[in-house]
Amino acid sequence: MNENVNIGLIIISVAAYVIFAPFVGGLLAGIDRKISARMQGRCGPPLLQPFYDVFKLLGKEPVTVNAAQDFYVGCCLFFMIVTGCFFFAGLSLLLVIFTLTTASLFLVVAAYASNSPYAQIGAERELLQMMAYEPMVLILAVGFYFIKGGSFDVSDIVFPAEGLTSSLLGIQYLPGVFLGFLFILTIKFRKSPFDLSMSHHAHQELVKGLTTEFSGKTLAILEISHWYENVFLLGFVFLFFPNGSAAMIIVGVVVCIAVYLLESFIDNANARMKWQFALNSAWIVALCFGVVNLLVLYFAVFNYGLGV
Amino acid sequence: MGIIFFLILFPLLAAIVLLLVKADRVRGFVVIAASVVIAAASIWLTAANFASGGASFIVNESLSEFIGYAMLVIEVVLAVVIFVLGVKYRKYLACLLAAVQAVLMVWFELSTGEHIEVENALYVDRLSMIMALIIGIIGTLICVYALGYMKDFQHHQPEAADRRPWFFFLLFLFLAAMFGIVFSNNLVWLFFFWEITTLCSFFLIGFTKTQEAVNNSFRAIIMNLLGGLGFVFAIVYAGRVLGVMELDRLLATQQMGIAITVPVVLLAFAGLTKAAQMPFNSWLLGAMVAPTPTSALLHSSTMVKAGVFLILKLSPALGWSLGGFMVMLVGGITFLMASFAAVSQSNAKRVLAYSTVANLGLIVACAGVGAPAAIWAATMLIIFHAVTKSLLFLCVGTAEHNIGSRDIEDMDGLFGRMPRLATFMIIGISAMFLAPFGMLISKWAALQAVITSGNPLLVFFIIFGSSVTLFYWGKWLGKLAAIVARRENIQDKVNKTEWASLGTLVCLVIAACITFPTYSKQLVVPYILSQFSQYEPTSVTASLMDGENMVIMAIMVAIIILLPLLFYGRTNKKIVPIYLSGAGLADNLSYMGSMQKETAFSLRNWYMESYFGEKKMNVIGVVATCVILAISFAMLVGGMVR
Repeated sequence: MNENVNIGLIIISVAAYVIFAPFVGGLLAGIDRKISARMQGRCGPPLLQPFYDVFKLLGKEPVTVNAAQDFYVGCCLFFMIVTGCFFFAGLSLLLVIFTLTTASLFLVVAAYASNSPYAQIGAERELLQMMAYEPMVLILAVGFYFIKGGSFDVSDIVFPAEGLTSSLLGIQYLPGVFLGFLFILTIKFRKSPFDLSMSHHAHQELVKGLTTEFSGKTLAILEISHWYENVFLLGFVFLFFPNGSAAMIIVGVVVCIAVYLLESFIDNANARMKWQFALNSAWIVALCFGVVNLLVLYFAVFNYGLGV
Repeated sequence: MGIIFFLILFPLLAAIVLLLVKADRVRGFVVIAASVVIAAASIWLTAANFASGGASFIVNESLSEFIGYAMLVIEVVLAVVIFVLGVKYRKYLACLLAAVQAVLMVWFELSTGEHIEVENALYVDRLSMIMALIIGIIGTLICVYALGYMKDFQHHQPEAADRRPWFFFLLFLFLAAMFGIVFSNNLVWLFFFWEITTLCSFFLIGFTKTQEAVNNSFRAIIMNLLGGLGFVFAIVYAGRVLGVMELDRLLATQQMGIAITVPVVLLAFAGLTKAAQMPFNSWLLGAMVAPTPTSALLHSSTMVKAGVFLILKLSPALGWSLGGFMVMLVGGITFLMASFAAVSQSNAKRVLAYSTVANLGLIVACAGVGAPAAIWAATMLIIFHAVTKSLLFLCVGTAEHNIGSRDIEDMDGLFGRMPRLATFMIIGISAMFLAPFGMLISKWAALQAVITSGNPLLVFFIIFGSSVTLFYWGKWLGKLAAIVARRENIQDKVNKTEWASLGTLVCLVIAACITFPTYSKQLVVPYILSQFSQYEPTSVTASLMDGENMVIMAIMVAIIILLPLLFYGRTNKKIVPIYLSGAGLADNLSYMGSMQKETAFSLRNWYMESYFGEKKMNVIGVVATCVILAISFAMLVGGMVR
């Protein structure tokens, strides 16, 4: 942990995340729905509709298909929050990524547990999507390790210590990784063309896929965990911008918002594709953008040393 | 030194007793008693040498000479046995390899070997302590498990002759040989024990004597004899050219500026064959025909671990060298292709086998990198993999005997039929790939170590390989966790000894994951510091994983164990049937089909044959690794590297 970060700052940032992330996430969801509606020529629901929905879910009759799935969904929320806390505490990116995987896997297991055809196919597709995006996410971590002086810590990326290579601008040295990450972000946000495992609408071929067997409170918990998730996913986008100056921090926040709007647009501009397309395209993008970007960095380091 | 001789000779004694014992009850007593003694002895060995960090031992000259001749005679006898069996089953390649090896060894021993003075024939260091604990605890647990398993096994085929004495003889002989491997510094002795493990695995794989078993056992022995031949050449080179017969001295000569590329590459090659790396992975896959305890033993605590142990020993001489590149690339490619191939498997044992091959690939690749952080990752992988994989194999063995299938597709609803076994299996599977458990921590460390190794290819192998790992474990985990209606609980039929072993292993898995910051600090890190004594200790420890992250992981393990104990399965919600488009019959198993016909539905997993087909992955992996081995040997023979 570098000396620019003190324990007080960590506590504030983690507490802020735990308290405010659901509001930010819910608002983002509201904006998304509003904008989607406008793109489709509709008026759309009020901005706070996602919150109304969750409150309504919480008041539904408590039913479930078995005694196990609530536990798994609860664990999913718990580890999603833990993941975000790790991120906002400035800990290792790999720790964040691996904990996120654990959280997502709890959701998959919850769906498997129901032994319902729709939920299980959704769960299998979710696993496939995880396999599709995971390489790009790990490549992102490796990329930052390179340009931030051999550290995976989020704190070292956001508050670079003094040194030759540590204040390199992410977006400048990792443009390929940035583009690749934007691509898989569509999968992570569950947007078309990659909303294979579940969608916000019950009219797809798998009904509601992964979430078919969840109802009431369980569904509300899942929604909230998505809000938590979306906030730190945008945090990943933000990582490409800090270089120690205040201006770049503002740029970072603006880009995060722009990226979110872009994902909304992509969602509305595309039809759902087959799973083969998700896997092929995600891996090809990871290879062409992520791997190539890293290889260029490798050779640059060997030939010139970085930061020259 | 007494304890070392004890650890090698006592299992041998137990093996001989077990060969003579026919009665079930006596065998049970001997196996359990011997296991307790061996486990206790290995713990005692660690405790006694813990503070000093190990020692080397001089074996007096007359004893050493006697042992040398005895080994030579046994080797010749064993070669004759292989030769005869090879002729009998018409596997002439095995005959040829055995003959060449025996002739070379006899010639070398009589002409050169006996004139080279060996100072320290035996040793203990922290790595051999770790290995001894793995062999002594996990190996013996598998032997105890085998008691119940083999009883069922015999029960399933009453007409076959009872060959259990032979089976248990082989198991304990295997343990003895493994102890020999981890304590021998004399290369000739090391080779002797190495060949004993090859032979034990040969007989264990061929145990059932079916045509398939015989074929697979010969494939195993041919590949391992090929590796053994590499070992013999390494000994001959070390003896005749360098005049060295000790492993530690061989590695030390490098620091005096003498090139040891030739013996290192040859020994690494021997290690690769035994560790079932591509192109030699097929022998380990074939080994599944044997009764399950054999697989558990081969995959977790013995045999393949001997292979990675040797490569890890060599790692100071690997790194930025021909041997290093060969080992790194073979390991990396094996990790990637074996992980891919595992996706397409529905046979649980084959999934486990490919996962073993893949993880060994990762260990081998890390050993090839040779940096402190990489060796840390490799050592941790060895520990976690041994504990977890033995648990998983034994779970699958028990499931197979009780549900009559080892296919993952038949395991859906296992949670209802054998809740305890399913829980054990879920713990084992989670420990193989999920944060915050051990294997993932090691993978993380491996990734971090490899990034700085200057070999970008390896980074991408690990990244893509571990993404796929997530997929194949995840879908198995889901199958186990599925709650299928109306399943009868059948777990009462499982033997007590099986439960005892499984229960102990589960505790070991959890303990290994929670306490790892401690033993990393007490055993693994000091071992690495002793290997890199030429560097500043602080710079070595700085390159290892943060203590902070380790503690976070250990705390998360505790939480993830606690959560289900507190919250699992508690609900006061109304239970309703699942959604089946409104046509479900409320039993959660069937629906009203067209023409008012009741139709049961069934759910199947994904195997993605067109992406990860086993054959395709093997062809790519085998060709790529063969090319790498060929280039390495061509450079060696052509004299391009010294």
